[in-house]
Amino acid sequence: MKQKLLSYIRYFQLPFRRLLNNPMAIIGIVLLVGFTCVALLAPVLAPPKYSFNPYRMPHKGYSTVPKPPNSDHIFGTTSGQYDIYYGIVWGTRTAFKTGLFVVVVAAFIGVWVGVISGYYGGWIDEIIMRIVDIIWTIPSLILAMALVVSFGRGLENIMLALALVSWRWYARVIRSEVLKIKQMAYVHAAKIMGVSDFRIMIRHILPNTIYPILIMCTLEMGSIVIMASFMSFVGLGAPKGYADWGQMVALARNYIVGPPEAPLKFWYTIFFPGGCIILFVLAWNLIGDALRDIFDPKG
Amino acid sequence: MLAFVIRRCIFLIFVLVGISLLIFSILMTFSPERRAAAYVQSPQQAQNIPGIIQQYGLDQPFYVQYKQWMIQTFRGNFGWSLVAAQPVWDAFCQYFPVTLELNIYAVPLTLIIGIYLGTLSGIYRGSFIDHFTRIVAIIGWSLPTFLFALVLLMIFYGYFGWFGTGIIGDDFQLYLLNHPDQFIRYTGLYTIDGILNGHSAICMDALKRLILPVITQVFVVVALLMRITRSSMIEELSKDYIITARAKGANDKIVYYKHARKNALIPTITVAGQLIALSMEGSVAVEIVFNRHGMGWWLVSSATQLDTPVLMFMCMFMGLVFVLSNLICDLLIAWWDPRIRLSTS
Repeated sequence: MKQKLLSYIRYFQLPFRRLLNNPMAIIGIVLLVGFTCVALLAPVLAPPKYSFNPYRMPHKGYSTVPKPPNSDHIFGTTSGQYDIYYGIVWGTRTAFKTGLFVVVVAAFIGVWVGVISGYYGGWIDEIIMRIVDIIWTIPSLILAMALVVSFGRGLENIMLALALVSWRWYARVIRSEVLKIKQMAYVHAAKIMGVSDFRIMIRHILPNTIYPILIMCTLEMGSIVIMASFMSFVGLGAPKGYADWGQMVALARNYIVGPPEAPLKFWYTIFFPGGCIILFVLAWNLIGDALRDIFDPKG
Repeated sequence: MLAFVIRRCIFLIFVLVGISLLIFSILMTFSPERRAAAYVQSPQQAQNIPGIIQQYGLDQPFYVQYKQWMIQTFRGNFGWSLVAAQPVWDAFCQYFPVTLELNIYAVPLTLIIGIYLGTLSGIYRGSFIDHFTRIVAIIGWSLPTFLFALVLLMIFYGYFGWFGTGIIGDDFQLYLLNHPDQFIRYTGLYTIDGILNGHSAICMDALKRLILPVITQVFVVVALLMRITRSSMIEELSKDYIITARAKGANDKIVYYKHARKNALIPTITVAGQLIALSMEGSVAVEIVFNRHGMGWWLVSSATQLDTPVLMFMCMFMGLVFVLSNLICDLLIAWWDPRIRLSTS
């Protein structure tokens, strides 16, 4: 067992070391570690007011006019007097939750579809890939929106819709990887020895596609968070008051242009949530970009 | 060539049938009353929902309903849009020019900037320009379109008071309403109609309001194009014919821009088809933030108000655009690079 674990560690050791040599990736890792800490320590950093539902942002009063940062609300309050600091802290958890759920589910579906399609080939491959071709023609945001409409509004439904839309990318890439791996001598050898198809896929094919999967997952995290926050921004997401960056930008939307004498008066309403979305996405993209350079120097 | 086009057109039919089946089965989760809206064509009909359920058999099994929907669609009846308060097709004719106008300026700009910067950073790999475009690409990739648009709006419209939102100004809108005979909508694009009708002020106003949306869209989409041009340029420059050309003393400029770039553009053209889809996606956020009532705005309003016929129509339309733009790109590549045989692909 220990031997096996060590071999897995060795498998990731080299790419990880090369990741640490890339200054862009280090920025990404630092940002990501920061966000992870905020997400893990959320109950400490911003003690929830409603313990039964910590994602609900506390608000004092119902005034729609945002209030600037002060000692009570260090980032100020947004429209509806929701505390921006609280929303940022718990919104980090929302972002991780959305991104991880969608990426894990989509990667699981997509990888299996790709492996099955590539491994068996023939008419199974033909049918699956034609279906993927058809789904591919609709831009993911538009398809996801149609799905959210039919599931009903809400963050869970956005997550589900995005997962059901974004698997197609994994399926295509993994299929083409599998087509290459399938021709390798060790796969033929395993087949001749009578190893079952399922075991060949699990033991011999999947481990060799781990790097492309890793790169895709990292790069997808960013675009998933962008799409999810856009859908919350237009009002398809969680109910009002849920700690979610996209929704906080939506709350700030009527205040991006202040009164004529002070046009940037309400800068804090968009600066903090917007900055968080950008940094979060940037962190994942920097790491993903560096990973792609490491595993695929030409691309 | 002809056989290739015909085969792709047959594929297009399959795609449209596939998309409609997919969306139709998604929409089957709605109650018959909601779906009845897909067949309504006028406000009078909207009053009589139970009649429509009866007429089109919306309480029937899936295949019966799908057949009904197909028949209606072939007759050109795409349903009634609640958001636009008119039939879907009429609303489409009204909203499409707005999105087209945005993309007519944004897509060529994206192509020019993306190819230019991508080529430069491919040639001068590791130089300042390469790092610069790399950073721009990563930032552009990481910026949510709606957020970038909001920030631009905040700075340029809010702080400096430049440009403005919407499609044309209120006073022009009023003028057009009062003098419909003086402004004939030849194309539906304000910038072009303005010139054709001799109203340069309207054209200028429309152009002014286009600046920020176009910048947003170019910035967000250009990253993909830049990266692809760069990597294919690097690959091309390491090939033997380039080394030969340089060894015999050919001019660097000619080697880079004539020999290498021509070949390097092939992958770029391939993704240009996807670029159209990406641009339409970008237009959604841009139109929402800049309050331009086009396809994207229509789509989002329909999604928030459960206007299902519009969603159905929009997905079909997007599929059509995607397949056609890919077809055009394939033909373009065959013309660009005579080595590529269309029939084999």
